[in-house]
This record gives sequence, structure tokens and C-alpha cells, in this order.
Amino acid sequence: MSDIQDAGAGKPRAIVVGHGEFSAGLVSAVGQICGLADKLVVLSNVGQSPQDIEATLRHELARTGARVIFTDLPGGSATIAARRIAKDNPELVLVSGVNLATLLDFVFSSADTPEQAARAAAERGKASLVVIERG
Amino acid sequence: MGIQLYRIDDRLIHGQVVVGWGQPLDIGFLVLVDDLVASSDWEKDLYRMAIPPEMEIYFADVDTAIREHARYASDPRPGILITGDITSMLRLVRGVKAIGSVNLGGIHHRAGRAEKLRYVFLTPEEEAQLHSLEASGVEVLAQDVPSARARPLAEVLEGDGR
Repeated sequence: MSDIQDAGAGKPRAIVVGHGEFSAGLVSAVGQICGLADKLVVLSNVGQSPQDIEATLRHELARTGARVIFTDLPGGSATIAARRIAKDNPELVLVSGVNLATLLDFVFSSADTPEQAARAAAERGKASLVVIERG
Repeated sequence: MGIQLYRIDDRLIHGQVVVGWGQPLDIGFLVLVDDLVASSDWEKDLYRMAIPPEMEIYFADVDTAIREHARYASDPRPGILITGDITSMLRLVRGVKAIGSVNLGGIHHRAGRAEKLRYVFLTPEEEAQLHSLEASGVEVLAQDVPSARARPLAEVLEGDGR
């Protein structure tokens, strides 16, 4: 995974990983809205073997100390890799199906634990997915 | 309907399979043929949780897949059969003798492999295995997603990653 963007002074609190430029786009939007993109590490699965995805995730978790991984699709290769890591790391929190509202809630969270922050953010993300009624 | 796509993909179950091919082909079942996965309940659970509820997944080692192939082929639903490497697909093709076409969906970089397409990297031994597949009457086409052009093996082997 060559696409790593974690510039900034803040310590990353989570990794965002997905297909194509999905993660870069979401985190860019977080930066535009609130300036807290440095709380998130961007990774892409493009061109990576399953072993490479897992190795890069492990490296970034160790480097940053992050304990939360957000992925795009429940059945995607990044989610599969993250679940392999979570098997041996019970403190790791994995959230699939991430969207912008989820990340915005997460970067502002003052919850006591990464798991509490991730769970609350996931609920906010689910609530943000709505069909806007006419009128 | 039966199996609509025989795919070699080292990611096994992932977005391109479940959504990219699964949606347009209206896939009802997947057959994951992998000796390691078939021997591990944890691995099977991992992939079972990666598919949508409307899809069914069967796990088999190569020998079991050869024995069960007629059942997969006669399933009224459209399906995809996936192996994680060329060796497994070659064993399956030789054991079944009823497979007309194989899809190269993803064989990624590792030491000793040369880049042929951005999603196909091969060792000389793997190139020879693909030639063996074609020599046995199987068409080998590289195509990661349905909207991409299917590239015949000769073109793939001439490739330099573009």
C-alpha cells in the first residue's frame, strides 16, 4: 500500500482503508470540513496481495498506535486482512462500511476508549444514510 | 445455469468477486476451492462473513471440488468458482475435463514474479502452467472486472504491466 497520508501534528487515531481512492477521498473531506485529517491514516488496497495488505496494516498499527480500522466493504480484501489481525489483537476495533458522517463523529470523539468512540461513530454513520423525502 | 466463471484470484473472496462480478451475473453461489481454507473452520467463517446473505458459499479442497463438480455445474443458480492459485485451477481442470475457460482475476506481486498486467504477476513456472491450461483446451483470459477487456493469454504474457 503505497498511498499513505498522515501528515500533520495530530497523532492518528484510526486507519481508513478501502478500494481505489475511497479512503483518500473520505479523509480529504474530513480535512476540508474540520481540519482533523491528521487523526486518520489513509491506505488503499490497489495492486496489493492479501499478504501485502495485512503487512501494511500491521505496520501502520504499530507505527501509529491506532486501535481502530475503518474499511469500506464488509466483504472486501482490506476487511478480510483486518479481521486476520483482529484475531490476535482483541483490543483492535474493526468497523466496515465507513462513511463521512462516521469519520466526522470519530475524529471529534472524547469517548474513554477507541471502541466506545468507534461504536458511537458507527451509529452516527448509520443514521446519516437516509432517503431524503420530497417536499 | 451452474458455474459461469472459473476464476484464479489470490484474494479469493473480495469486492471484485462479490460485487463486481456477483451483481451483473446475479450470482447465487460461490465455490471457494482452496486446500488450506477447506481445512480450517476459522478461515471458512472468515470468508462466509464476507458474502451477502443472498449468496451461498461452498468450501472444498481440490480433490473434493473435482468430485463435486457435476453438482456445482448442474445447480440452477449462476455461480463462480474461485481458486487462489494457478496450481489448484490446473489440478481442477485436469480432474474435471469439462472447463472451457478460466479467468485470471488477480495474481499479485511477490518475489520471483514478473509484472504482466497491473493485477497479474507471474513466475516462469506459473507461465508454464498457464500454457499447460491452454494446451489442454482451456481458454485463459485475464479480466479483473466485467467492464474491462478480456485479454487472451498470449497478450498477457507479452505484457509489461500496462
